Amino acid sequence: MIANRSDFAVLKPFRLGARGPFRFTIWHGVALLAALAIAVGIGEAQAQAAAGKPGIVETILKWTPLLAQGFALNIAMSFMAMAIGTAVGVPLGLAQISLLPPVRTGSWFVTQFFRNSPWLVLLFYCMLLLPFELRIGNTIIPLPGWLKSTIGLSLPVMANVSELVRGAVRSIPFGQWEAAESVAMSRRQTLTMVILPQCIKRMTPPWMNLYAILTVATPLTSVVGVSEAMTLTGDILSSEARTELLVPMYLYLLLWFFIYCYPIARATLALEKRFAVK
Amino acid sequence: MPWTPDQPLVSIKDVHKAFGNVEVLKGITMDVMKREVVCIIGPSGSGKSTLLRCVNALVPIERGSILVEGQEVNDPKLDKLALRRKVGMVFQQYNLFPHKTALENVMMAPIHVLKRDRKEVEAQARALIAKVRLTGKEASYPGELSGGQQQRIAIARSLAMNPDVMLFDEVTAALDPETVKGVLVTIRELAEDGMTCMIVTHEMGFAREVANRIYFTDGGVLVEHAPPKEFFANPKDARTRQFLNQII
Repeated sequence: MIANRSDFAVLKPFRLGARGPFRFTIWHGVALLAALAIAVGIGEAQAQAAAGKPGIVETILKWTPLLAQGFALNIAMSFMAMAIGTAVGVPLGLAQISLLPPVRTGSWFVTQFFRNSPWLVLLFYCMLLLPFELRIGNTIIPLPGWLKSTIGLSLPVMANVSELVRGAVRSIPFGQWEAAESVAMSRRQTLTMVILPQCIKRMTPPWMNLYAILTVATPLTSVVGVSEAMTLTGDILSSEARTELLVPMYLYLLLWFFIYCYPIARATLALEKRFAVK
Repeated sequence: MPWTPDQPLVSIKDVHKAFGNVEVLKGITMDVMKREVVCIIGPSGSGKSTLLRCVNALVPIERGSILVEGQEVNDPKLDKLALRRKVGMVFQQYNLFPHKTALENVMMAPIHVLKRDRKEVEAQARALIAKVRLTGKEASYPGELSGGQQQRIAIARSLAMNPDVMLFDEVTAALDPETVKGVLVTIRELAEDGMTCMIVTHEMGFAREVANRIYFTDGGVLVEHAPPKEFFANPKDARTRQFLNQII
């Protein structure tokens, strides 16, 4: 295309939102660290003024093991929600390209419903609508809050994975279908042997991106009372009852998420570059 | 009435096809005998590619009849997969499966569709790759092959199904000029081996050389057909003359 090579900006193809979805960069991390350093510095100065209290760094380190426990729950929830969301989302996405109109419409509706609902609203729904235990025959399976919120988080993941699958299948050139059909492959064989294997490559980067977004969304569950890192940070702050701790403590929590998610964002970018069509 | 080899292998009668309001085929009739090689030429948009796609039921037709070995293609109860085992097709854009090696591309359908023995299929696939003169490229992925090489692998992939008739849809149109020859040589060898071929092409020299009969289509109708010598030396219809004047 001549337009792509043009030096005139107006002739270049314009795509709305071409910058793509939000991603962490190393500058977010640098800014976070700088903010943490400044906040700790100010806090230390204040702490020295109020004699007899332990320093900020000391306090943060003291609570780190507890925070780590909470963070582990965040990660566990993100893993589980991603697993459930993917396990249900892939079949849902395939249903969206079904040849049967009712299946197609139904799965489209489910996908759009959960994709366009606020995550927090879905969380509340799951907390309030799911029972606190399941009774199957004589066995009672307890459903603790963190499990219910994990299910709540997996719903938007499911819908997003469904869209990823549909989009990936549609992005495969039509000639691939024709070629497979012309050697007498059935629709199922075409999908499983020709189309989907090519989709996996295309879906991996956005899927990883979705995981990073899900992970930073897990603190939402603090609103419904799950004892994850965010809730624990609040608990720590109220037990310390020191206002100068507020900013450093939350920045410290942010740093945990950044350190976890930044490598994922980098890996996503690297994969995208590697898979880019020549 | 069962089909016998003395009847046309492909018998197309009064085929009509429209995409929306655009009528692409307006009553095409032609017969292709076993071992016959026909070339279909004509200006772009004259329905040549669509006609080929109708023969292996990639595109349904509205009216008329297409018989392949006596089997009606225009039949809602048609077993499309059974039809496509008999009819091989090669596309302008090759459409190899990019995530599979050349060898796997050739082996995939015989193993999974025909449920044939893997070892036997592999031996046949290697022989076919040798036949299209690409020995040594078995483990290459399509992205590592030139356009012409990909197209020859695509031909091998179709041949692996042991089809009775091969459809070639402008198979050299997307190729670099220097790779065209290899593909045409492959097709000519196939024709010499007695494969029934329906070839849509813009390569007039090749058509003259390889075809038993040339069909000229324009605007969805069959204008005229004749053996190549007669067709090129003495075109009867004004439209044919105009077309030939433009390209030769």
